[in-house]
Amino acid sequence: MRMAELVMAVVMAVFSLYLMWKSAELPIGWIPGEGPGGGAWPFWLATGMLLCCIATVYRWARRLTPESRSEDVYMDSRAFKLFLLNAGALAAMIGLFHIVGAYGAIPAFLIFYLRFMGGHSWRLTGTFAVVTPVITFLFFEIALQKTLPKGFTDPWFEPIFDFFY
Amino acid sequence: MEILSLLLNGFAIAFEPLNLALIIFGCAVGLFIGAMPGLGSVNGVAILLPMTFLVPPTSAIIFLGAIYYGAMYGGAISSIMLGIPGASTAVATTFDGRPMALQGKADKALVAAAAASFVGGSIGVVLFTLFAPPLADIALGFGAPEIFALMLMAFATFVGLGGDDVAKTLFSIFIGLVFGAVGLDIISGEPRLIFGDIPGFFHGINFLVLAIGIYGIGEMLWTIEISKGNVVVSQASVSVRRIWENLVELTRTWKAMLLGSFLGYFVGILPAAGATPGSLMAYGFAKQMAKDPETYGKGNINGVVAPESANNAASTGAMLPMLTLGIPGSPTTAILLGGMVIWGLEPGPMVFIDHPDFVWGFIASLYAANLFSLLINIAFIPAFIWVLKLPFTILAPVIFILCIVGGFVPTLDMHDVWLMLIFGIVGYLMRKLDYPMAPAVLAIVLGPLAEPALRQSLLISGGSFSIFFTRPFSSVFMFIAIALLVLPLGKQALDARRRKTERT
Repeated sequence: MRMAELVMAVVMAVFSLYLMWKSAELPIGWIPGEGPGGGAWPFWLATGMLLCCIATVYRWARRLTPESRSEDVYMDSRAFKLFLLNAGALAAMIGLFHIVGAYGAIPAFLIFYLRFMGGHSWRLTGTFAVVTPVITFLFFEIALQKTLPKGFTDPWFEPIFDFFY
Repeated sequence: MEILSLLLNGFAIAFEPLNLALIIFGCAVGLFIGAMPGLGSVNGVAILLPMTFLVPPTSAIIFLGAIYYGAMYGGAISSIMLGIPGASTAVATTFDGRPMALQGKADKALVAAAAASFVGGSIGVVLFTLFAPPLADIALGFGAPEIFALMLMAFATFVGLGGDDVAKTLFSIFIGLVFGAVGLDIISGEPRLIFGDIPGFFHGINFLVLAIGIYGIGEMLWTIEISKGNVVVSQASVSVRRIWENLVELTRTWKAMLLGSFLGYFVGILPAAGATPGSLMAYGFAKQMAKDPETYGKGNINGVVAPESANNAASTGAMLPMLTLGIPGSPTTAILLGGMVIWGLEPGPMVFIDHPDFVWGFIASLYAANLFSLLINIAFIPAFIWVLKLPFTILAPVIFILCIVGGFVPTLDMHDVWLMLIFGIVGYLMRKLDYPMAPAVLAIVLGPLAEPALRQSLLISGGSFSIFFTRPFSSVFMFIAIALLVLPLGKQALDARRRKTERT
């Protein structure tokens, strides 16, 4: 945990420096007749971020924060495996949105999570994998008229929309 | 006396069968739309606005007002049940509502949210009835310096919202404000902070992307880790007796309710402010003034009551400048204003004289909508609790899907969904190191309000910060903000000195 706190503070300090540099693409000083330049607000905020990171490193060095005194592991192997499985499954689902669309990705994610991670029956898994996209479609696309990505399945939905409109 | 007679006449209009049916239907629809992550009152009112052309203007605004109220109540439901704020107005409710649900007190949190919403809405509508014109005049006197000072005061309360580590809390505020600055520069219109020239950054970072990332995905990853993947989310139960007991217990939270209601109402009146800053400030002040501030964020009921009473009072307050001055106080009232114009009504002081039936019918309907929203909300609590009893391996993927769809819907851009996943993962990793995440979410909401106010103020003063200390309202807000910022730092310094003394 102690090392993780230092790494996070250093990474965020580097990110702050990047933000300061990126903000400086627009004027960060005073422009006569216009006031503060467009980059001033994010530049000074990023400077504030950097100062906070420096304060965190200082407090870490003096062991003032609970994390800097902790001997615990930041993430044990089981937690890391669960984290990778969940974050990976989510990333895969979002990636599938681009290819097979929401109505292909959602059932695939549900089947993976309910059947293979949750160990639920095929009956329950199948029910959720069918009902969830149907409800999502009726609520978002028909009732609220918010179109979700459909990937290559887009033309398959034309008869359904023709039916409703 | 004249107000009372006008109000009674308004009640006669509001309780006409058609209008009453529209109030009940609007409250129910609003409640469900508000409970959906990614959708709030603004979506509900915008989507259903075309439907109102089928009924007379008075019935139309009564219907939209009822949706607005229902959605304000509903926003708390996903905050408490799923840990995902449905709208920015319900962000603060997540801080204590979600821990309460995880402790098996979801019914208590839901009843508290509903009752606080009712009290806030009731106080708001009474203040609306009695003090509409004078309060609108005061709010109209607020310029950019007052708005910025008010925002600074809200940020100062965030320092109190975080844990004891002021540096991490300030970092969280700053990073939230920087993310709020991504997009186009509001004054010059030039692209700003467009990382990697990715087009998705041109429309800025929607607060929901950060909020759902942190409170949806990040929260779920956190829950999965601490429970080793084997959790039943909540053991909450509900019965009529338990609801009644919860309501009785709520009488102890009257201070937080009143604080939230009055603060929320006043902030709601301010043009362009709306319910979000009101609810956040109410939470911050309730925590600052509490005898047990360390219990906030861990399931303190006052942490649900204060923001919920504030956001409902503010939603009523936001209607005041809309009706009296024609200036919307929030995005939802901007759509209501548009509706009024379409119906052929010109908002402003003359609307009270030219269309008294419309105005007073609408005001009376707010009383009714408030009551029906409470009843419908409480009636559905058993259904909400049932959802919590589902096994976690069923609930988790459903919540993940709601997060993804909820993050996509506001902008219809997959870029935001990827960004949400990144925020969720980084937020989870930072949370493990005790970085408070709430201030970042609050800052991204308020940043776009604070920056133009600061830049306009400095432009007026020729670059001098004294403008914030020479105007009566802004100077008061500035001094309160400075005090709120200095107090935690002073407390930290005193604690450090005490520890040093103890060691020696």
